[in-house]
Amino acid sequence: MNGRPSQWRANLVSLQTIAYKETNRFLRIWQQTLLPPAITMTLYLVIFGNLIGSRIGEMQGYSYIEFIVPGVIMTAVITSSYANVVSSFFGAKFQRFIEEILVSPTSNLVVLLGYLAGGVGRGLLVGVIVLAISQLFTDLQIHNLAITVSVVVLTAVLFSLGGFINAIFARKFDDISIVPTFILTPLTYLGGVFYSIDLLPAFWQKVSLANPILYMVNAFRYGILGHSDIDIGVAYAVILLFIALLGGLALLLLRAGVGLRS
Amino acid sequence: MSALLLDKLCKRYDNGVEALKGIDLEVQPGDFFGLLGPNGAGKSTAIGIIASLVRKTSGRVEIFGHDLDTRLWEAKSCLGLVPQEFNFNGFETVEQIVVNQAGFYGLPRKIARQRAERYLKALSLWDKRQHASRTLSGGMKRRLMIARALIHEPKLLILDEPTAGVDIELRRSMWDFLRDINASGTTIILTTHYLEEAETLCRNIAIIDDGRIIENTSVKSLLRKLSTHAFLLDIKGGSKIPPLPAHRVERLDDNTLDVEITAEQNLTEVFAALAQAGIQVLSMKNKANRLEELFIRMLEKGSPQQQEQQP
Repeated sequence: MNGRPSQWRANLVSLQTIAYKETNRFLRIWQQTLLPPAITMTLYLVIFGNLIGSRIGEMQGYSYIEFIVPGVIMTAVITSSYANVVSSFFGAKFQRFIEEILVSPTSNLVVLLGYLAGGVGRGLLVGVIVLAISQLFTDLQIHNLAITVSVVVLTAVLFSLGGFINAIFARKFDDISIVPTFILTPLTYLGGVFYSIDLLPAFWQKVSLANPILYMVNAFRYGILGHSDIDIGVAYAVILLFIALLGGLALLLLRAGVGLRS
Repeated sequence: MSALLLDKLCKRYDNGVEALKGIDLEVQPGDFFGLLGPNGAGKSTAIGIIASLVRKTSGRVEIFGHDLDTRLWEAKSCLGLVPQEFNFNGFETVEQIVVNQAGFYGLPRKIARQRAERYLKALSLWDKRQHASRTLSGGMKRRLMIARALIHEPKLLILDEPTAGVDIELRRSMWDFLRDINASGTTIILTTHYLEEAETLCRNIAIIDDGRIIENTSVKSLLRKLSTHAFLLDIKGGSKIPPLPAHRVERLDDNTLDVEITAEQNLTEVFAALAQAGIQVLSMKNKANRLEELFIRMLEKGSPQQQEQQP
């Protein structure tokens, strides 16, 4: 290749290219990627937060709508970051234009980071949109900005990784909706979005602790409200542990060429 | 240093199919090389392995001296691939596809845009640069894949059936373009089903069949092996074809005669016999593409090595 850049520099440019391509993709089809979560979460806030919430009263010393806003934002971030990577990477695989990247010298780590950039970007943008909408219903003051931002970014990274692994194993379009429908959605709803686990009987409180989404929702709620059912240190440890596990698995799968190279 | 070196390359798929049975191949820098073979012979598998899209079972691949196992980044940087199937995002524009591909090879966007302009103009796609790729015609899509493969200016360009489904005029303009690319120093490996294409473009050829290389030589020496020539004669007059026991002669219809002669024979005695029978020869043409004829014979006979292995 004429005027060949160094390996490090080439990978950096490739990362920028994939990230740009992925961001451009979800912005181009904003009616499918940004609008639906905004509408769904607005309905949650109107129905659960405003209409029903006004009859529920306080939860852990906060009005019900204040209590659920962090969880609702987190739900939008989780589903959006997962959906972005799983649909984009599987689409590239299915239509075979992933081969554009596979034949190039782009490293596996860069491929992964590039797709994560798209997932995290969409997750955060949706999160900001839902946060802005929630301001119409309640006046939120962020308790700790660093915790709020770090938890939402780490969560978006984690679920982007999940979407990436799902896309690697997926062989048909049905396969990319099974995990969100049967695993992600139930875990999110049972992850303390709409309630405090203190309300649960002791046994179900312990069962809830096995749900990783509980840690993310509570850590994020701590960042915004200053209240969490879970120790914040434990929440960070759980999130980072899952990121390390899923990140390692995704790189191993890429290296082995699972679902990509025959 | 070879442009491409395949050493005992084997591929066995998970379903047990042995697509490559230990092929050895060497392509010299600057060559225009043809890789021929029937469907399912193993051509696309070999190309897939070279392009890192298929995992080899065993053997070694080197691209310009860079081993695919140990110097992957360098090896891939030297390679451009035009695959058989369209494999770009139909929603992206022509320019986006080419510029993004440059990015995957580490080229900054400014340089990528300059090169995109050069190659899209050279391949008559510049006017379509803002069009979504899915709206292009089949021939344009093929040219887009060539532009995309050239954007990082690879030293080795592999084209897998690049002119499949392309009309004759466009095919010839693509041949001219590929000749120019080759003349500028890019080594080209081409697989094609159009043997006229291989005969016209390639200097050296390997024929692969059933996962083995059965011939690997220059086009000239390959054609020298052709011991017979077949001609179609357009004839007029005479009611009966005279006997020509030394030649294979077949009357296809009232006005067409199919004549085959060996390298030791000539057409003079055929013309003389026909003239004596009152038959005029109005015109004459080669019956078939010579390489095609040889190709079919080779596949029917198998390689010398294969014949030796047979009990």
